[in-house]
Amino acid sequence: MTQQEILQGFAEILDEIAGVAADDVKPEKSFLDDLDLDSLTMVEVATAAEDKFHVKIPDDDLKDLKTVQDAVVYVEKAGVSA
Amino acid sequence: VTATDRSRDAVVVTGLGALTPLGGDVATTWHGLRAGANGTRVLSEDWAAELPVRIAAPCAVEPSDSIPRAEARRMDRVQQLALLAARQAWADAGEPEVEPERLAVVVASGIGGVSTLLAQYDVLKERGASRVSPHLVPMLMPNGAAATVELAFGARAGAHTPVSACASGAEAIAVGLDLIRAGRADVVLAGGSEAAIHALPLAGFAAMRALSPRNDEPEAASRPFDKARDGFVLGEGAGIVVLERESTAKARGGRIYATLLGAGASSDAHHMAAPEPNGAGAARALGLALRDAGIGPSDVGHINAHATSTPLGDVAEARAIRTVFGADADSVVVSATKGSTGHLLGAAGAVEAIATILALREGVAPPTRNLADPDDEVDLDLARVDPRPLRYGACGVSNAFGFGGHNLSLVLAV
Repeated sequence: MTQQEILQGFAEILDEIAGVAADDVKPEKSFLDDLDLDSLTMVEVATAAEDKFHVKIPDDDLKDLKTVQDAVVYVEKAGVSA
Repeated sequence: VTATDRSRDAVVVTGLGALTPLGGDVATTWHGLRAGANGTRVLSEDWAAELPVRIAAPCAVEPSDSIPRAEARRMDRVQQLALLAARQAWADAGEPEVEPERLAVVVASGIGGVSTLLAQYDVLKERGASRVSPHLVPMLMPNGAAATVELAFGARAGAHTPVSACASGAEAIAVGLDLIRAGRADVVLAGGSEAAIHALPLAGFAAMRALSPRNDEPEAASRPFDKARDGFVLGEGAGIVVLERESTAKARGGRIYATLLGAGASSDAHHMAAPEPNGAGAARALGLALRDAGIGPSDVGHINAHATSTPLGDVAEARAIRTVFGADADSVVVSATKGSTGHLLGAAGAVEAIATILALREGVAPPTRNLADPDDEVDLDLARVDPRPLRYGACGVSNAFGFGGHNLSLVLAV
């Protein structure tokens, strides 16, 4: 899966779960500060990402995913190792 | 009762909001009540197919249609209904300016976010704990609806959730009255919300034999005070009012719908679900409410009865009214609006307080749908097929009683 495909997948998840417009889902955006997600919603996003990309995102790793790019890179690596 | 008889710090109702089986707002609901309209229908959904009772009175509008999708999905339906009713009431009151620290919320629910609880239990069983929603707890907790309203309006004087089954909505308004009288808030959003039309609550109430089993004639199922009544119809909706001090409401030029003259509460300590047969507990609440309001039975011209269409409850309430009012009950027109709306459980007391206010303002008691042949044990002047004119200037009472033996009465005047 390319980074662009993963980014597109996150845009779909964020639209569904948090009503974030696709245009706002850019790599440099911070989930909490820019996209206004709270910690509960981040858990929901992570769960949806696990299902969509067939990866595991343990809580210890989730807390390090600050930006959309962090998440995209994480999924890309996890997908490779899976 | 005239304005001069009331204390200077009277508490008034300045805004009304409701979503009910009759309509998505107060005006439509009241229009339906005056017409004796029917809110009960057959549940055609698959999940209802095997239930012994397959009728209910769902809210006339879909609340999630009026809330952005991402916001709605982290609110149980009971929270969505409460939020929309509160928005209506607040707009109706002219969006009073109030310090956040002086604005309180009292939103009750009998059951809370039960459909979320049960849907997430299915998720737990089918997909495991890791797939349970992180929003589950805030959506199922009984205070969820109050918290949703508190957040939406930035209310910082406290958010409360009285839980007293089917008396909850009335108790919320009584608590709101107390908060203002005690000086703990200047403005209160008070009422109740309920969204429990789901297979399990329906099965549970049916197991108690509390629901009318008239699956073949839903429009005739809810028939308060009628000889052929055989249980209530589970309804859904929310009712919220804006309460504030009369002096500040007048100072800002707010429209005053009614004065909340007083409230009375009691508990039966008799049985978990059955009322005292002679209605002694209900009579105590009624008597206390009149005393709190500073009026006597002859000042009352209208009662919106709790009467849910159950064999025991309706007669006990009728006896309670006769006990307190004596011969004066002959000049009180009693309506039971659950014939039209079904039983909104924790929202019922609030929706019916609103109906009482509108009845007083328009000088007309709404009819009691399906009251074809009144029970011989019910010795009251009942509004039956047609709306009935009310005595000018008379006060109104709204009753609400709940499983657990909770009794609430509210006294209103316009």
